[in-house]
Amino acid sequence: MNAPGVPAGPPGAMKVLRRIRHRRYADPAFRAFTTACGMVVALLMAAMFAVLIIDSWPSIKKFGVGFLWSKAWDTTAGHYGAVTALYGTFYTTVIAMVLAVPLALVIALLLVELAPPWLSRIVGTAIELLAAVPSIVFGLWGFLVLVPIMSNHVEPWIQSTFLGKLWLFQGPPMGLGFLTAGLVLALMVLPFITAVARDVLRMVPQVVKEAGYGMGSTTWEVTRKVSLRYGLSGIVGAFFLGLGRALGETMAVAFLIGQTYDMQKSLFGTGNTITSTLANTFAEATDSLQRSALIELGLVLFVITGVFQLLAHLWLRRARRRMGGRA
Amino acid sequence: MTPKRRSVTRRRVTDIVVKVVAWVGATVGITALALILYVVVRRGIGAINWSFFTQTPPTPGGSGGGLGPAIVGTLVITCVAALMGIPLGFFAAIYLAEFGRDGRVATAIRLVANVMMGVPSIVVGVFAYGLLVMSQHHYSGLAGAAALAFIMLPVMARTAEDMLNLVPNELRESALALGAPRWKATLGVVCRAAKAGLLTGGILAVVRVGGETAPLLFTALSSQYWMGGLKGYFGGPTPNLTKTIFDLSQQPYSHLVQLAWGGALLIIVAVLGVNVVTRLLFQRGKEW
Repeated sequence: MNAPGVPAGPPGAMKVLRRIRHRRYADPAFRAFTTACGMVVALLMAAMFAVLIIDSWPSIKKFGVGFLWSKAWDTTAGHYGAVTALYGTFYTTVIAMVLAVPLALVIALLLVELAPPWLSRIVGTAIELLAAVPSIVFGLWGFLVLVPIMSNHVEPWIQSTFLGKLWLFQGPPMGLGFLTAGLVLALMVLPFITAVARDVLRMVPQVVKEAGYGMGSTTWEVTRKVSLRYGLSGIVGAFFLGLGRALGETMAVAFLIGQTYDMQKSLFGTGNTITSTLANTFAEATDSLQRSALIELGLVLFVITGVFQLLAHLWLRRARRRMGGRA
Repeated sequence: MTPKRRSVTRRRVTDIVVKVVAWVGATVGITALALILYVVVRRGIGAINWSFFTQTPPTPGGSGGGLGPAIVGTLVITCVAALMGIPLGFFAAIYLAEFGRDGRVATAIRLVANVMMGVPSIVVGVFAYGLLVMSQHHYSGLAGAAALAFIMLPVMARTAEDMLNLVPNELRESALALGAPRWKATLGVVCRAAKAGLLTGGILAVVRVGGETAPLLFTALSSQYWMGGLKGYFGGPTPNLTKTIFDLSQQPYSHLVQLAWGGALLIIVAVLGVNVVTRLLFQRGKEW
C-alpha cells in the first residue's frame, strides 16, 4: 500500500529512477561537451601561434632577430627583412588614425548630443550598416575611383601650393601610395570607431550631464569635461579596436600601397605593408625561403596586434579599477 | 574649482565652433561613405543581368560572361564555414555563460576569444595555409572555409554568450526546479528565450565573414570554372566572389572591370540586405 502523499506507484518510481540515472550521464556529458568546445577556442589560438612559428622557422633560423630591422626584400638573392613592411604598416595606420579618430568622435558627439533623435537614429543605423561593408568594396573604390582623382587633381594641387615644398609632399603624384591608402583605411575604420564611441557617450548617465549643464556649462564643456572623461576607458577601447583593424586591414592597402620595397618619406610615396606583401606575393611565392619569410611577416603582425589587444585589455581593467568598478 | 576664468563670449564661441565642426565633419564623413555606395551601384548595375549569375568570366577582351562559379563558390565556402564555426561557437558560449561563468578557465577563454577577434584576417589565412594547404599540398575551398570558420568562432561565442547572459536566472531555476536536467534547461528553456538574439548574432557573423577576402587569398585561391560537385570545392582552387573581384579589377579590359563592379554591388546588396532584414525581423539593432 502506498504511503499517503506519494502518488507515484512502482511504475512511476521506475520512470523517475530511470530519469535520474539518465541524468547522471547526460548532464555531465553535456557539460563536458560544451567545456571541450570552449577549450577548442583556446587550443586553436595556441595552434595558430605554433603553426606560424613552425612554418617561419627556416626564415627565423636564417635571418635571426636581424629580420626585424633588415631593409632587404630581394627575391633573387634570397634576402628578406621586415623593416619596409613595418614602416608602411605604421605609416598608413598613423594616417588613418589621425584622420579617423577626431572625425569619429565628432560624429559620435553629434549623434548623441546635437542632432535631433530621428536624425541620430537614421545616421546611427547607416553608420552601423557601413561598418558591415566588406573591405574589398573599399579597395575597389579606392583603386578605380580615388586613385585617378588623387593623381590628376588632389596631389598636383597640393604640390602647387606652398605645401609642395615640404618633404611630406615630394615625388611624382601617382595616386598610389601612403596617403591614398591611409585615406581609404580611415574611411574603413571610421564607422567602426564611431559606433563604439557613440555607445560610450550614450552610456554617460543623463544626471551627470545635467549636473554639468546646471553649472552653466556649454555643450562642448559638458562633452569634454564630463562625457569624455566618464567614458574615457571606452573611448580608449574604441581607439585600440580601430587601431587593430587598421594595422591588420588587407584589401584596401593591397590595392593602393604601390608595393615597392623601400622606405619613402613622402605621403605620396609608395611602399608596402605586412598585409599588402602577404596579399600580393604569397600565392606567387615559389621559393620556400620566401614563403617562410612571408609567414614570419604574418607572425610579426600577429604578435603586434596581439600585444595591442592585451595592452588595451590591461589598460581598460586598470581604468575600471581606478574608477571604482564603474563603466 | 577652476583657477582660470574664461570670458563667457569665448566659451560661447568655442561651443559654436565645435558644433559647426561637428556638423561639417559628420556631413563630410557620411557623404564620403554614401558616395562610395553610390559609385558602386552606378558602375555595377550595368553588369547585372541573367548571364552575370549563370556564366563563367569571359576571356580577356571577350564579351558577355558572368561570375556564376564565383557566386556559387562563395555561397558554398561560407555555408561550410558556418557549419564548422557556428555550432562550435554556440556550444563554447554555453560553456562560458552556463558552466564556466567567472571561473578562471572561462575568464582565460574569454580573453583568448577577445584577442582572437583582433587577429587580422590575413594572418588567419596564413594559419589555414600552414595547417591545411601545406599538408594537403594543394589549395582548396575547404582550407578557405576553415579560415572563415576560425574568424566566425570567437564572434559567435562572445555574442551568443552575451545573449545567454541576458536571460534571467529565474528562468534557469524554474526549469531545474521542475526537474529538467541541466542540458534540457539550457537548450530548451534558456536558449529558446535567447533565440532572437542568438539567431541575429549567428546570421550577422556569417554574413560579415562571407564578405572577407584576405583569408581566401592563399587558401581557396580562385578559379574561373565551375566546380564538379562538392568534391571539386574541397579538392582544388575554388572560385569565390571576393578574390575574383580583386583579380578582375587589375585587368586592363573595361568589360572585366565592370564585372568586378557588378560583383562588388552584389556583395553590398547581399550584406546590407541581410543586415537590414535581420534587424527588422528581430528588432535588435544593438549587437553591432
